Amino acid sequence: MDWNLWALKKSVWVFHVNTGACNNCDIEIVNLLTPKFDVERFGIKLVGSPRHADALLVTGGGTRQAAVRLKEVYRQTAKPCIVFCMGACACGMGIFEKGYHMAGPIDTILRQVDPDAIIAYVPGCPPKPEAMIMGVVKALAALQPKEKYATERMGQAVVANPA
Amino acid sequence: MTVVLQNAFWILIFPGLAFTLAVGLFASWLVRKVGALVQYRVGPPVYQPLADVMKLMGKEILVPQEGHRTVFIAAPLVGLAGVLLLSTILWLATAGISYVGDVIVAMYLMVFPSLALILGSSASGSPHAAVGAGREMKLVLGYELPLVLALIVVLIKTAGWTEPGEQLSLVAISQRASVLSVSGALAFIVALLCVQAKLGFVPFDIAESESELSGGVLIEYSGALLAVWKLMQAMMLVALPLFLVVVFLGGIDPSGLSFVWGIGKFVLVLVLVILIKNTNPRVRIDQAMRFFWLYCGLAMVVAVILASIGHYRGIAWL
Repeated sequence: MDWNLWALKKSVWVFHVNTGACNNCDIEIVNLLTPKFDVERFGIKLVGSPRHADALLVTGGGTRQAAVRLKEVYRQTAKPCIVFCMGACACGMGIFEKGYHMAGPIDTILRQVDPDAIIAYVPGCPPKPEAMIMGVVKALAALQPKEKYATERMGQAVVANPA
Repeated sequence: MTVVLQNAFWILIFPGLAFTLAVGLFASWLVRKVGALVQYRVGPPVYQPLADVMKLMGKEILVPQEGHRTVFIAAPLVGLAGVLLLSTILWLATAGISYVGDVIVAMYLMVFPSLALILGSSASGSPHAAVGAGREMKLVLGYELPLVLALIVVLIKTAGWTEPGEQLSLVAISQRASVLSVSGALAFIVALLCVQAKLGFVPFDIAESESELSGGVLIEYSGALLAVWKLMQAMMLVALPLFLVVVFLGGIDPSGLSFVWGIGKFVLVLVLVILIKNTNPRVRIDQAMRFFWLYCGLAMVVAVILASIGHYRGIAWL
């Protein structure tokens, strides 16, 4: 058994990044952390610093201003880390697709920093907390030891400053 | 040689590292579980602290560019070493192994975690951590005075029961429960609040405040170094309530049924700490300073005077 993988699946600390969301997904994410849904049962905890985080909950379509910050936050995250795109905007920019201020969906922004980023998508406008829990469960179940996200990727240099 | 081996065994295996870590991880689960029950939640499973630490051990360690590398890496280890020695001394004192003056050694070792936190967060070069370090420093200044005064109350009360000069050992102090007197009870309450601040729990989690400093002193730590901090905090959850039990509540008698009662006292102190944590909002740093220096300090001056009167007049209940 891969104990590293087991521990990561049982203890996911999340950091919440808003990249220009309309606040609807954020409300649902905060709802997820309330006593009603109680994700601490699964070891999921909200942390204040990306250094402590194992998962980034990204909401919003990724505006040009926010894209720079998102890349910086991703670079600062300690590295076996999973990115969850929460909501329709984060998955594919949603209704803001043609907006002049958009820098592309979250996955394209992140691939510029790290081409091998592990990204999971939870669509919905906004996704229900139940849907988010299901998304997290499915994403964690999809993590296989053979991917060696913990050891192989650790030595890889994440692009330092892709302008 | 055998003395060295025995000391190494004490520090690394039985009452020290391995044993205290196991108890500490369980205690930190208890903190989260009781907190969850207070909020009508289910709470994390019992292996949760272990899974957290194991996960952190497997993660990347990031050292900030502006930081001081050596101090940044050494600080958590220094803190862990301090708490390790403290818990070993306290466990040995419950087993009756002690020497004159270990009260003072324990007092010094109790400052180690805070000192290491201040060092580590200052070395990380982050402005958030710097604010956190400043708050932690002020908090240490705040609670050390009432805590030392509370200890002096116990020393005065113990002086009546033992040979002169012998009261400076933890075993002598733990012979009787000082809490069963007016000044002793006052001192226990104040020391409990000081321990709350030492543990960095709400209402005194000012240094680590997650809402405005987003992790405060620990903000730049990741991976195995953060795991060492978490282990240190877990061990403090054992050492500091144990300190209160040994000093104020008559210690843990390792023989027979009274051992169960001793464990009960330890759990009682732990649950008191958890309940204070879950029923209070965070205070500001100036409120904490005023609370510790003015209210707790004055209460302790009164307790010291009461204990002295009780000692000279031979009134045990004062």
